[in-house]
Amino acid sequence: MFRTERTEQIEGTKLSVEDLHRIQFALTISFHFIFPPLSLGVGLILVIFGIKSVRTKDPKWRQLSMFWVKIYGLIFSMGIATGIVQEFEFGTNWSQYSRFVGNIFGSLLAAEGIFAFMLEGGFLGLMLFGGTRLGNRMWLFATTMVVVGATFSAFWIVMANSWMQTPRGFEVKDVGQGPQAFMTSFQEVVFTPSFLPRILHVIAACWMVGSSLVLSVGAFYLLKKRHVELAKTMIRVALPVFTVVALLQVAVFGANQATEVAQYQPAKLAAMEGLYQSESCAPMYLLGWTDPNAQTTSGIQFPCLLSFLTDKSFDATVTGLEATPRDEWPAVNLVFQVYHLMINLGMLFILIGLLACGFWIWKRKIWDQRWLLWILVSSVVLTEIATATGWWTAEFSRQPWIVWQVLKTSDAYSPNVSFGQVMFSIVMFVLLYIIVFMVFIRLLDRHIKEGPPPPTDPDETSSLPDSFGEIFRRRSRVSSGGD
Amino acid sequence: MWLQTTWFVLYVIIVSGYVILDGFDLGVGMLSPFIAHNDHDRRILLNSIGPVWDGNEVWLVLGGGALFAAFPLVYASLFSGFYLAMMLVLLVLIMRTVAIEFRSKRPEAWWRSLWDWTFTISSFGITILLGVALGNVIRGVSLDQQGNLNVSLLDLLNPYSITLGLVAVAMLCLHGAIFLTQKTTGELLNTIKALIPKLLIAFFILMTALIAWTLLRDEQFTQNFKDRPWTAIFPLLAFASIAAAWLFVRRGAYLSAFLASATMIALLMGAIACGMYPVMLRSTTDSAYDLTVQNASAAKETLMVMFVIALIGMPFVLLYTAGVYYFFRGKVELNDDSY
Repeated sequence: MFRTERTEQIEGTKLSVEDLHRIQFALTISFHFIFPPLSLGVGLILVIFGIKSVRTKDPKWRQLSMFWVKIYGLIFSMGIATGIVQEFEFGTNWSQYSRFVGNIFGSLLAAEGIFAFMLEGGFLGLMLFGGTRLGNRMWLFATTMVVVGATFSAFWIVMANSWMQTPRGFEVKDVGQGPQAFMTSFQEVVFTPSFLPRILHVIAACWMVGSSLVLSVGAFYLLKKRHVELAKTMIRVALPVFTVVALLQVAVFGANQATEVAQYQPAKLAAMEGLYQSESCAPMYLLGWTDPNAQTTSGIQFPCLLSFLTDKSFDATVTGLEATPRDEWPAVNLVFQVYHLMINLGMLFILIGLLACGFWIWKRKIWDQRWLLWILVSSVVLTEIATATGWWTAEFSRQPWIVWQVLKTSDAYSPNVSFGQVMFSIVMFVLLYIIVFMVFIRLLDRHIKEGPPPPTDPDETSSLPDSFGEIFRRRSRVSSGGD
Repeated sequence: MWLQTTWFVLYVIIVSGYVILDGFDLGVGMLSPFIAHNDHDRRILLNSIGPVWDGNEVWLVLGGGALFAAFPLVYASLFSGFYLAMMLVLLVLIMRTVAIEFRSKRPEAWWRSLWDWTFTISSFGITILLGVALGNVIRGVSLDQQGNLNVSLLDLLNPYSITLGLVAVAMLCLHGAIFLTQKTTGELLNTIKALIPKLLIAFFILMTALIAWTLLRDEQFTQNFKDRPWTAIFPLLAFASIAAAWLFVRRGAYLSAFLASATMIALLMGAIACGMYPVMLRSTTDSAYDLTVQNASAAKETLMVMFVIALIGMPFVLLYTAGVYYFFRGKVELNDDSY
């Protein structure tokens, strides 16, 4: 039966059921979000390998593809397993939210299922197991389909999340089952003002995470003097992707998003920069600390940069938190810190990328710079932290709203789930994810230490079916003895 | 509104698709310790589902998404009401995924046996949990006026629902065994062939008992068939499909037997849907609180948008699902890419 446990608390702490629901969602989504950016980015690199393989017929490209596709498979299955949790949690932990937004959010999730997951799931088998059954061109086709599917998936999910940030194309009505959002325009729901800036920012982040994993593995092999030629090839492919995207990310996509946030969610931007009073020539901080009670922010700052970023003018007025009621502020310092960690990492990536490119262009000296190679090895951890902090910035700064200025998080969780039940599931997920993550890292580590497979015989590869016609003309490869 | 009923039908189709597709790979997981003689056999079994199992599982994700979109109130009530059961479903789903993925990555016997058992136990877990959940959906739950319910795990484990869980186990073991005849050779194939008639008889007895029990205990369910006599075609054809499967098995036409078994699963799902319609989640508190196709659906505009999306998307999904199965047809051979 319906039980009201909103006020139930553990003695000595101030945790409410709402907090537990939020903690569980934050933990599970943060763990899940390690994997999709990796697979999206590694997918892009795999497509590049595939294209090179078709063009040059050099067996090293196929060798690299087959090595990385195994890693892709491992990452992908982690993404699926942890992704199902997220889909279920909307219903299990956020039933009031699901009732409120079902008309809108649900349809975007279902579209993701049909258009994205089905494409990925369908072609994944071909991609992972097609290495010994498919020629270069057909393998590239399957891989491209999987990567397109993964990208679609990012599109739909960012669309759904963007609607929560800048909701449009709906009206709230109560037709007997409590207030619900009703869709008035599908186009407006899909293309909310924040969608385009956010999806570009997210896709670019995914490419950086994926390319940094390739960089990291390549640099590791160079340091250990193993698979040296293949390792150099990995870096030659991944480094330009990493550097170009790092530059675009800060200069175009990131800046673009700041402008969008300033226009549509000024309170968010104010929290991100710890800006309490609206002011012209607002500063942007490099590092700092902000105290929402005293309403002060101190640290190293660039004067007027925030104004320039939001409106391309140094004396533009940026709205401060004072324009928002105090009880609608997010956890300002938390938002401030995770946001600045992301920004600073973004700057660091440009530095790493340009430095590595510099040493590469300068008489190919990069291969001997052990300190630089160690930095490249660590880059994947840094890009993962940057994507996580970026996502946290977006989500923390939306609080206390679950749907920006429409529905509060405190009105969104499942009222019929008890404190103990959520506690149980949090403990379950923490234990499960620790075990799974340890085994994942161990397997990844072993696979990387084992290294790429020996090159396949080009004759053998060229005898594999390499067009749809060939695949379907050929009889089953195995003789059909017995049933 | 025709759209609501259409979405109910589509939803039943998606659920049937999930049970048919993921069903055989769950069946393979449950059967594997009983039919595999050695590590080679186990790898053959694992690789028989290797290229397709994650595609199959996507149908569950699609089912969740479609329920959220088309019947958000059912999704919200069901998922939050069965909170702990759902968490256990997630636990076994994750354990199963990692078991398949991790098992053959290391050669040590203890490692492989650990993940083999995880694979089997989690396959049983998913089948039983979802079976029991369906049993409780048919029985009805203590839904209040706000659409909230809170069922403890022990409440879920009533005799009727447990029986449905067992029927699901027998059904998917049978389905998986018939599937494996297409993928295995030699000794392993003979073991499976010897097992199929036993599974068929066990399933037939359990299913007949469950149908009788359902009709006897559930007046509304029975009344719905009396009011819509044509719907009796679903259970009747389901029985015909079992008979056909039996005949095909005896003749050694296992591919046809597999299609018969798949058809039967879809028909049984259809029969349950006909017995329930228009109710989706029955309230045992007061029938006024029932969540029905009419009062729990998304708004017309949403259903229409989703319908267009489904019309565009589903043909592609079916096309490449069929393509992938065609490509990986034939017996399993182990190679470097295998699990």
